[in-house]
Amino acid sequence: MVLQRVVKPKTHKGRKFLENREPKIEENDKVAMFIKGGNTSQTVSQVLKEMYMLKKPTGIMMKRKNVVRPFEDQTTLEYFSEKNDASLFLFGSHSKKRPHNLVLGRFFDHHILDMVELGIENFRSMFEFQNDKCSHGTKPCVIFSGQDFEQLEDYAKLKSLLMDFFRGPKTEKIRLSGLELVLQVTAVDNKIYFRTFRTVLKKSGTKIPRVELEEIGPSLDWVVKRSMFGSDDLYKRANKKPSEAKKSKTQKNKSRTNLGDKMGRIHMQKQNLDTLQTRKMKGLKRKKGGDEVEGEAGEASESTNEKLRKMAE
Amino acid sequence: MADLVENILREEAEKESKYKTIVVQKDVDIEIDDGNLLAYDPNPIDVELFRSNRNEYLSNLARDNTQLLFNKLWTLPVEKVENIVLAKLPNPSTQFPREKRLPKPKPETKWEKYAKVKGIQNKKKDKLVWDEQHKEFRPRWGYGRANDDTKDWLIEIKSNADPDEDPFAKRTNAKKERTAKNELQRLRNIARSRYGKVPGVGLTPVSKPNKDQLSKALVLAKKSTASLGKFTEKLPKEKATREKGKRRKFEPCVGDMKKEKAKQLHILHTLSQAPPVNVAKAAQQFMSQEEDNATFSKEGGRKKRGDKAGRRSKAGGRPPKKNKGFQNRGKGGKGGKGK
Repeated sequence: MVLQRVVKPKTHKGRKFLENREPKIEENDKVAMFIKGGNTSQTVSQVLKEMYMLKKPTGIMMKRKNVVRPFEDQTTLEYFSEKNDASLFLFGSHSKKRPHNLVLGRFFDHHILDMVELGIENFRSMFEFQNDKCSHGTKPCVIFSGQDFEQLEDYAKLKSLLMDFFRGPKTEKIRLSGLELVLQVTAVDNKIYFRTFRTVLKKSGTKIPRVELEEIGPSLDWVVKRSMFGSDDLYKRANKKPSEAKKSKTQKNKSRTNLGDKMGRIHMQKQNLDTLQTRKMKGLKRKKGGDEVEGEAGEASESTNEKLRKMAE
Repeated sequence: MADLVENILREEAEKESKYKTIVVQKDVDIEIDDGNLLAYDPNPIDVELFRSNRNEYLSNLARDNTQLLFNKLWTLPVEKVENIVLAKLPNPSTQFPREKRLPKPKPETKWEKYAKVKGIQNKKKDKLVWDEQHKEFRPRWGYGRANDDTKDWLIEIKSNADPDEDPFAKRTNAKKERTAKNELQRLRNIARSRYGKVPGVGLTPVSKPNKDQLSKALVLAKKSTASLGKFTEKLPKEKATREKGKRRKFEPCVGDMKKEKAKQLHILHTLSQAPPVNVAKAAQQFMSQEEDNATFSKEGGRKKRGDKAGRRSKAGGRPPKKNKGFQNRGKGGKGGKGK
């Protein structure tokens, strides 16, 4: 094991850069790497470019060709993931045995979590569709169809992977009129069909508009080939939720006055005030059958008389 | 009359058909995750229809599902920020694996632990402080700081102070000591966060040590020999010190019979629970051993060198299998894998 000296950043910018890459509770948006293999065909290169465009702000396009075989040796990919701080990758290659090949995968802690090999069958580039496109960086609506995604375990994992890959940056609010991009993934006939659309909102007489779709962008047909999924143990670790993320109980019954005093509210059940147990005051004991006030006085005088008698005896 | 009714109905239908419907009929409701803008439609796909016209089928399917998703999205609570209408998305329902592992909570420093116990809160200090001398606000620390005593050109000496010592040097030395102490504590905090425990500083040199420090120094000095203080002679009036360190307690030789019995039985019990025999493994080992015997010595008997039969079957006879594992590592390992 190499004993590494901890390199402390010397500038504020350097420190912020490293802090950004550290494990956090609230994570960054996942960055995807687009890698070309030793030999790529025109189709594969074009596909990688277009996928990169879909993922524009959170995507890194590798310019050089890398002779890597993902299913045999994952160390190179893991090294790339560490250097680029990316947790998704799309690797494209072409060979006689595996023509127009794509390997889609994701990392956990810079080690491969799962990988799926997809063969491209039909590809229509976005330049073949002559119409207006969506702007870069819009958050897409991703729609999956087909029973396979539910019934087959491999397909279910692939669905999770595709969802993770194509969903955009995490947002809390969206501009409804800005929902332009729709990605559709359908599993039919042992193939997966990937289509990209642009929405056109039309009047519908109600508040909710009628949606019409126009096909733009890349259109791909995939065949699922090899796959490598992580062990259940690894998935468990990856899916662990941080305890701080669990909502802390909002303390509704505590408040502060303007002077800074802490005030609390206690909610009581309904009590029967007649049978309430307060401090015992012997003098206020109610005599049986007598008037309250008189009884009190009588009681008091009686008790004192008794005491005097006892003292005398 | 009937005609009139029909006309009215037709007109109504025409009016309605001006706008296309947003209602979508599905057998099984689709699963929508609005937080992530994801939707999953588990309805089975009509393969025949699909094969007849692929793209059209997919477009229609996409449109229907998008319509359902949008129907859901338009019902979300809406905010208006600078003339832009924004919908507030709920928390995402699909769980995705994290990118990196969960961060380990940083261990608290010594001061932080103390502050927590005592309930000391961190008071926010202002950057600018009033400097009486210059009659203006100056930064608390750094360049041009307030109440800077390093810039004093005059230091009043107290009546009880030593006349030979240099007060300016005294100040600079005191400052150096403070920074050194701070640095030491900072490094110890880092070491504690990395390794858990750090050894104590020991005795630091003090100009005027008190009684406790002296006694401690004495003890340490006695122990700091090659034989860890075993042969150091005692001073004339010194009292014998108690043994420091962890005290070990041993059971008496003749004591609780029940306890001893229980202990011994426990030992026997753990010993008796021998690991179960892996029958398959044992069988394999036995069989491989038999094979070795068979190949090494054909027809059951021991082979003699120079035997005619031996020479003939030289090729056939294999040397006994070497122990797989460590012994073979250096020798035939590389050849075996065939890289």
